[in-house]
Amino acid sequence: MRQAFSKGFIYILLTIGSLLMLLPFIWMISTSLKTPGEVMSMPPTWIPESWKWDNYLKAWEMAPFLRYTLNSIIVVIVSTIGEIITTILAAYAFSRLQFWGRDIVFAILLGTMMVPGEMLLIPNFVTLSNLGWINQYEALIIPWLASIFSIFLLRQYFLGVPKELHYAAKIDGCSNFRFLWSVMVPLAKPAIVTIALLKAIGSWNAFLWPLIVTQSEEMRTLPVGLTAFTTEAGTNFELLMAASSMIILPMIILYIILQKYIIEGVSKAGLKG
Amino acid sequence: MEIKLTNLAMDFQQTKAVNDLTITIQDGHLVSILGPSGCGKSTTLNMLAGLYKPTAGEIYFGDKLVNQVEPEHREIGMVFQNYALYPHLTVLKNIMFPLKMAKVNKKEAFERATEMAKLVQIDHLLDRKPGQLSGGQQQRVAIARALVKNPKVLLLDEPLSNLDARLRLEMREEIRRIQKEVGITTIFVTHDQEEAMSISDKILLMRDGTLQQYTTPLEMYDKPSNLFVSQFMGNPPINIYKATVNKELKRVELKNSNVHIPLLGNVDVTKFPEDVIVGIRPESFVSETSSKELPQVSISINLIERTGRDTLLSGKIGEQQVRALISSKQQLGNVEELSLYITEFTVFDSETENSIWYFDGEGAQ
Repeated sequence: MRQAFSKGFIYILLTIGSLLMLLPFIWMISTSLKTPGEVMSMPPTWIPESWKWDNYLKAWEMAPFLRYTLNSIIVVIVSTIGEIITTILAAYAFSRLQFWGRDIVFAILLGTMMVPGEMLLIPNFVTLSNLGWINQYEALIIPWLASIFSIFLLRQYFLGVPKELHYAAKIDGCSNFRFLWSVMVPLAKPAIVTIALLKAIGSWNAFLWPLIVTQSEEMRTLPVGLTAFTTEAGTNFELLMAASSMIILPMIILYIILQKYIIEGVSKAGLKG
Repeated sequence: MEIKLTNLAMDFQQTKAVNDLTITIQDGHLVSILGPSGCGKSTTLNMLAGLYKPTAGEIYFGDKLVNQVEPEHREIGMVFQNYALYPHLTVLKNIMFPLKMAKVNKKEAFERATEMAKLVQIDHLLDRKPGQLSGGQQQRVAIARALVKNPKVLLLDEPLSNLDARLRLEMREEIRRIQKEVGITTIFVTHDQEEAMSISDKILLMRDGTLQQYTTPLEMYDKPSNLFVSQFMGNPPINIYKATVNKELKRVELKNSNVHIPLLGNVDVTKFPEDVIVGIRPESFVSETSSKELPQVSISINLIERTGRDTLLSGKIGEQQVRALISSKQQLGNVEELSLYITEFTVFDSETENSIWYFDGEGAQ
């Protein structure tokens, strides 16, 4: 009886929590279905009076969203794969290889996590413009091919693999590189999936950096494309929300598919995401 | 393959993990490296495997100096304490892994792996993952994986310590059987003297990185080279007494008690130091003997434990503690005092702690 009561209490808390988390999303979807007049009406309404499904079509046609989608997909795929490769190699080196200055280098890398990203905007921009990469895919992708946080996460995971496994593989005739790909990587699958997903979401949602380094329409990514709904005359909230709802959908689907790995990956690495 | 170590040494920063080790291991022998934890036995094994590089000395496999040879080229198989199976691969793939690395073609690799699985009796488990196996089964997989490449040397690092007592006994016999069947030179690291005694052709006993004695199990038990060896071997442990030598009466007199043991047979007492240590194994006490001249002592008994096969007596010899193991057939009743003969004992120099004389019943009538 008491147990049932405390369980009920926990469920009530969790329900309230998840409703609070969902509210902005519900509000977004609700707004995306309203007329311009109802968006601004006071008091606000949760359920639209008339369901304007054609907001979605209008939003899609307001800007070259097909091009934006394509750009976003290219950037997400290339930078995610790139980051996974650099992360695996670096995490292995920092966890298993013995070389001079290893721990110092790693400490310095960790130190860079304390520098706020905004500080780096201008130096990075200057570097890239000197390289002539502004308004190119290079600018959208190359600065994001490595992440210290991911390296740290995967390194912790790798450190949890017993060293005897490495010895056994060595005796079995496995090179370092072979050991990494045929033993460590399959073992670390949950951690790698987590890293890939965090990266994909981050890259898909990135706004500030793509806004700064792209100038022409055809290089813009989806989040930057959303600025099309804001003009001097004001913001088309219902269309902005309709576009946002469309953009967020792929990431939600990806998360649902991979969530089993993410929970395992984050909990095993002994870290909170 | 014969293995020769000459003046082998390994230093970790300040500590000498292994110090000046020189031994030869005969082809086809099973040798145990025995010692308390931290004595350098695993370090020695890892040097044999090539996982550690010795700071000094040479390792020969046959006639070949292998100091600079990488583990994968040493033709060795190794079983680790935690088995180190690849968790994401099935049993079959685990066993095939070394062959895959050696680029053996798939069909042959499969045949050799299944054959090896049969030898270690796990051929019904080939599709399982290591996580679904019991400790003993994982152990067998690890042995199969170590042997599948037909190595010249098999190295086992405390392979039984993660198993329960009963399984340990079974796997110990199993390892001996497989080793005999394959005829492979095997080195077995353990801290359990009983395990080492039962399985080995020879035992190498180490302490603090230094070789204590390298000989057959029985010889090590009966003729320990020093006090440490005698105390490490045997359970219940050997009885140890400080004593002085009475050269005139040709006997040792135990300190703090009125007990003396005659030194019988062909012995040159004049070379004995003044102070010695006498070691008597619990089973060296017997209640009956056909020979009349064996040394005899009187023991006051505090506790009698009957274990079925034999009876353990705890008591006092003079003022000192004593444990004696006698046949269960002996009817004891509620005796408080018992006179026992001593069939064997060892005399150690109390300063160097090296053994100087063994009494093995000879010289007594």
